[in-house]
Amino acid sequence: MRYVEEYRGAEEAHRFVQALHARVTRPWTLMEICGGQTHAIVRFGIDQLLPPGLTLLHGPGCPVCVTSVETLDKALAIASRPGVVFCSFGDMLRVPGSERDLLSVKAAGADVRIVYSPMDALALAERLPGREVVFFAVGFETTAPASAMAVHEARRRGLRNFSLLAAHVLVPPAMEAILADRNRRVDGFLAAGHVCTIMGMEAYGPLARAYRVPIVVTGFEPLDLLQGIHMCVAQLEDGRAAVENQYARAVRPPGNAPAQAMLQAVFEVVHRTWRGIGPIPSSGLGLRAAYADWDAERKFGVSAVGGREDAECRSGSVLRGLLKPPECPAFGTRCTPETPLGATMVSSEGACAAYYRYRRFTGP
Amino acid sequence: MSTLLNRSCPAPLKHSTIQLAHGGGGRLMRQLIEEVFLEPPPALAWTERHDSAVVPLGTERLALTTDSYVVTPRFFPGGDIGKLAVYGTVNDLVMSGARPLYLSAGFILEEGLAMEELRRVVASMREAARECGVRLVTGDTKVVDRGKADGLFINTSGAGHVPEGRSVHPRRVRPGDAVLVSGDVGQHGIAVLSVREGLAFETPVQSDCSPLTPLVEALFSAGVDVHALRDTTRGGLASALNELALDGGVSVLLEETSVPVNEAVSGACELLGLDPLYVACEGRMVAFVPEPQAEVALAALRGHPLGVAAARIGRVTEGPAGRVSLRTRLGGHRLLDLLSGEQLPRIC
Repeated sequence: MRYVEEYRGAEEAHRFVQALHARVTRPWTLMEICGGQTHAIVRFGIDQLLPPGLTLLHGPGCPVCVTSVETLDKALAIASRPGVVFCSFGDMLRVPGSERDLLSVKAAGADVRIVYSPMDALALAERLPGREVVFFAVGFETTAPASAMAVHEARRRGLRNFSLLAAHVLVPPAMEAILADRNRRVDGFLAAGHVCTIMGMEAYGPLARAYRVPIVVTGFEPLDLLQGIHMCVAQLEDGRAAVENQYARAVRPPGNAPAQAMLQAVFEVVHRTWRGIGPIPSSGLGLRAAYADWDAERKFGVSAVGGREDAECRSGSVLRGLLKPPECPAFGTRCTPETPLGATMVSSEGACAAYYRYRRFTGP
Repeated sequence: MSTLLNRSCPAPLKHSTIQLAHGGGGRLMRQLIEEVFLEPPPALAWTERHDSAVVPLGTERLALTTDSYVVTPRFFPGGDIGKLAVYGTVNDLVMSGARPLYLSAGFILEEGLAMEELRRVVASMREAARECGVRLVTGDTKVVDRGKADGLFINTSGAGHVPEGRSVHPRRVRPGDAVLVSGDVGQHGIAVLSVREGLAFETPVQSDCSPLTPLVEALFSAGVDVHALRDTTRGGLASALNELALDGGVSVLLEETSVPVNEAVSGACELLGLDPLYVACEGRMVAFVPEPQAEVALAALRGHPLGVAAARIGRVTEGPAGRVSLRTRLGGHRLLDLLSGEQLPRIC
């Protein structure tokens, strides 16, 4: 497959691994900030190839995992309303709210559908004028432009039976929250390549400077990740703290201007609560007043819905990089993908689920 | 202290209602079977976990199986529900080493189904039965009110004869056995998904649905002492291996680079965030054969047009029952776990 196989070559990978072994002189801890990267690291067994003492931590990079319980409970309340067609990306369906998940609401008769894009949900609204079509807009800056586009189009076409449950979150504020934590274990970051494809790299300079931490914008294939790790380690070994771009084939420093303009037109930056972490100021995207009629939270009057997190779940510490999944006392016993205590065990991109699925037994 | 053998009330299930995942071929489905169907005293007299039951009939052995087909859409690139209903049941018989002979067909029709569509499905079943050398000998039809079924559901049951000297069963799997797959994986699931979701791929993916009879017969003709077979339907290759490893009490180690996946399927999976190893097939199987016979078995499979892409993908190892792991192309290891239910497409 062009543009994929080239980035998965075992020989090239081993050259990077050898270079890393040669470069590392002391223990370092890096954090990748994107669920897709977490997934690839575990799927290809990349962390097992690294020199001892070089630790990878998995950050709050899974949008499914960080969607707050309140937001999920709102989603469940809306999806349960008669006449609603509730559209969501697939992996949100199994994430537990306070008591249920979207799949069980669906089993109880709600019309919950998996879509691959918010534009598909918009097309449904056009086809089903008698129904209220709601799109569950989760994700980082990567998926937000498509959500913005769908709302913008709904307004342009006068489609009043479409709305958005906006739960988009922003990466840089979350990185700052992790960096500002007194117990921080992170020496360097791999920044999320696809987020930067949209937003560019400007937000990271101030973080790198203020916290003296190297940040390498990194792609998702094994060779991307190994090269990103190598660049980050090289900076640490040299005592540098700069923003570098490993993923230059997709990321340009200014990012994607039309997508940013679309985001700017439809969304404004709002405070958002992250599951497992808590409130982070200016870390989410909410609909602007001009789009209030397409705001599902307002339309269905669920603003006051609250949520309760399972008291035993330590996903907050996992998401902040303070705890590796197997270090959690509930991991693999009281907390499994069938009976998840928290979202990190549910989503296929969640760090706990990745460890459970790929690493439950030690050794080959 | 209650013992497992004389519980008077069923253990509470985690779910009070049936979830889609209970039919997804993963962990929840196993739970359902164990906690409801095999709850002591079991409703099923046959507690062997196998694609079909092998029962004595006089001095001979009879294989019996049943399967229902509820696929949406009913027509997809490379096949349709009628073909599936014949091939699927034939394949379940073949997986126990049987030669399929007879099928029954039960139809549940929803009021309003187009007569022409039913005709097409039945014609397709007739053709598939002819191709497999089985006879449709009995049937049943029920019509339900509009809204009570999704157009058309088909159940087919099958009976076949297990020739003398064949013993195909997960119990026979041994550490050291070679694991073969009869072709590239995931085509059927992606073909159905592409129609269901209106996804247009540059290279259209065709379903792999086909009968496995010729491949299994080729193995026996070549003198291979086949230990176990499993068709890689719901939950794909990974789930089939998990089931066999659990039921055989062994571990399995796969080589990622050996598993054949065609480029269109692999591209579609990359795009959708699905793992091709968990995507359904309808004309593929895994075979566990003794190591010394692995090359002969592979040659036998490849000698048939349906098995040209057959590959040796791993081996059975000593280790915890049900552990299936994969050596990645980079040399790391990961588990191939039984999924909870259906795979859900990833967001990014």
